Amino acid sequence: MRRGSRLALGALVAVLLALPLLASNYIISVMVLVLFAAYLGQAWNIMMGYVGLLSIGHALYAGLGGYTAAALFVHWGLTPWIGMLAGMAVASLAGGAIGALGFRFGVTGVYFALLTIAFAEFTRILFDHFGWVGASSGLFLPVKSATVLDLVNLRGPPAMFYYLMLALVVAALVLSRALIRGRIGYYWQAIREDQDAAEALGIDAFRCKLAAVALSAAMTAAAGAIQAFYYNNLYPGSVFAIGNSVELMSAPIVGGLGTLGGPILGALLLTVLGEVMTALASVVHLDGIKQWCYGAVLLAIVVLRPGGLWPWLMERLGIAEGGSRP
Amino acid sequence: MSAGPLLEVEAISKRFRGLQAVDSVSFGVPEGRILALIGPNGAGKTTIFNMIAGVFQPDAGHIQFAGRDVTRLRPHRICEAGVARTFQLVKPFGALGVLENVMVGALRRAPSLAAARADAEQLLARFGLAEKAQAPAASLTLPERKRLEIARALATRPRLLLLDEVMSGLRPLEIDAMVAVFRDLVRGTGLTILLTEHVMRAVMALSDRVVVVHHGQKIAEGAPAEVARDARVLECYLGRQRAEAPA
Repeated sequence: MRRGSRLALGALVAVLLALPLLASNYIISVMVLVLFAAYLGQAWNIMMGYVGLLSIGHALYAGLGGYTAAALFVHWGLTPWIGMLAGMAVASLAGGAIGALGFRFGVTGVYFALLTIAFAEFTRILFDHFGWVGASSGLFLPVKSATVLDLVNLRGPPAMFYYLMLALVVAALVLSRALIRGRIGYYWQAIREDQDAAEALGIDAFRCKLAAVALSAAMTAAAGAIQAFYYNNLYPGSVFAIGNSVELMSAPIVGGLGTLGGPILGALLLTVLGEVMTALASVVHLDGIKQWCYGAVLLAIVVLRPGGLWPWLMERLGIAEGGSRP
Repeated sequence: MSAGPLLEVEAISKRFRGLQAVDSVSFGVPEGRILALIGPNGAGKTTIFNMIAGVFQPDAGHIQFAGRDVTRLRPHRICEAGVARTFQLVKPFGALGVLENVMVGALRRAPSLAAARADAEQLLARFGLAEKAQAPAASLTLPERKRLEIARALATRPRLLLLDEVMSGLRPLEIDAMVAVFRDLVRGTGLTILLTEHVMRAVMALSDRVVVVHHGQKIAEGAPAEVARDARVLECYLGRQRAEAPA
């Protein structure tokens, strides 16, 4: 890394770390949304960006993570840290089961995507009738004063969630980078480019794809658990909504599929745009302007920069990224 | 090791819906030899390849490799057993670099990424792709893609290499160069090759033995010169009248 970019990186880290001390609560809460979107995008990108497996049902994994952690906390007072791990395990098992079913029977492409939607929807309906987690009337976490900082039980101000999600985004970035530059990353990309050729070279596509789904599901579930403790309420209709799955995909698509920085860039752009549009909507009284803008941005990206904004930006800045190029 | 051939195909058959694509075909490839599988389009050559490579499972018959039954193994297991293949319609990993494509082939057995990279660099040099190492595979020309396909298959260090029409689309000089490369490989490393080919120039120059299939059945087997004189072979390639006409 050059001296200039090292300095820039240092400055960025300093700004990110100091942000909660300087910014208003509103800015912090927007940044928490950015970080959630970035991290979820990173998790989804493992499947779609690296292995080419399109999941439109990732709300399932976030929901399972959230519900598991929240239910264990509400019923048994278990710390969300353990609940998060349990949720990750549940989600990766669910992902593994869906993956095994799909891959065993050769369900590929859009049909695999339909399978992921089906399981997310099926789970939403199941949870609507699941009394232990409140069924359709929802599950609520006890809210304490926002001044209390209780790290063990994840009760605290938005700044706590900001730092937590910042750490997760950095961890996901480091993990993704290590994976994509390692053996499994090459296997994944080979499968994405041509599964028959990959198998002819001795790669066990079934197991490699299963590993990607399980990992992506577990990562997603971790964010789902933290979201549950951030929002303090879970309804099957909102947690498992297909809209969540679609929203979670938009950051990596806009930023660049299969790139390391894409999900983060896309999340920043779309979340800030969304906030601006929400503010604008309340001024000019135009309902749905946010969704309209999301759609317009997605359309513009798909038509003008199908590789996403990150590769374009890196090219502009003259930096070669070590990610993959789907 | 057994004294039999490295690859032994015993009466394999495959039917697709109403079509008997391969009908009880048998042949053997001795270690260190080159056997060509020829026949008109649709004769069943690629289907035979796909059964050996584990892509299709034969309806009947057995495939022995190095004294071991590999009939129903999945493709990646076949590769692990020591059989590598190329595809008739080349399948490069388009978004990956040329070097990375070959590295993927080496990775399953290489102890480290660095070792895989070193192997891949050697293979690229051998196949004249060294200058293109960093280029995306999607940017290669067809002849280059064919060479990449072979280099990638060889990176798995196979004992048997299956070449599915690697000469098609190449110019005569390129074919001669490729023939020389395969001859070197067989002489230098004891590699065994089974190939299908329409380019007779390559078949005649390369193969020790030729098996001819037509409508899914084996109709002839022998040395290249013998097979080229075989009446049934001439008939299936040229038609009855031409074959019967005085030379």
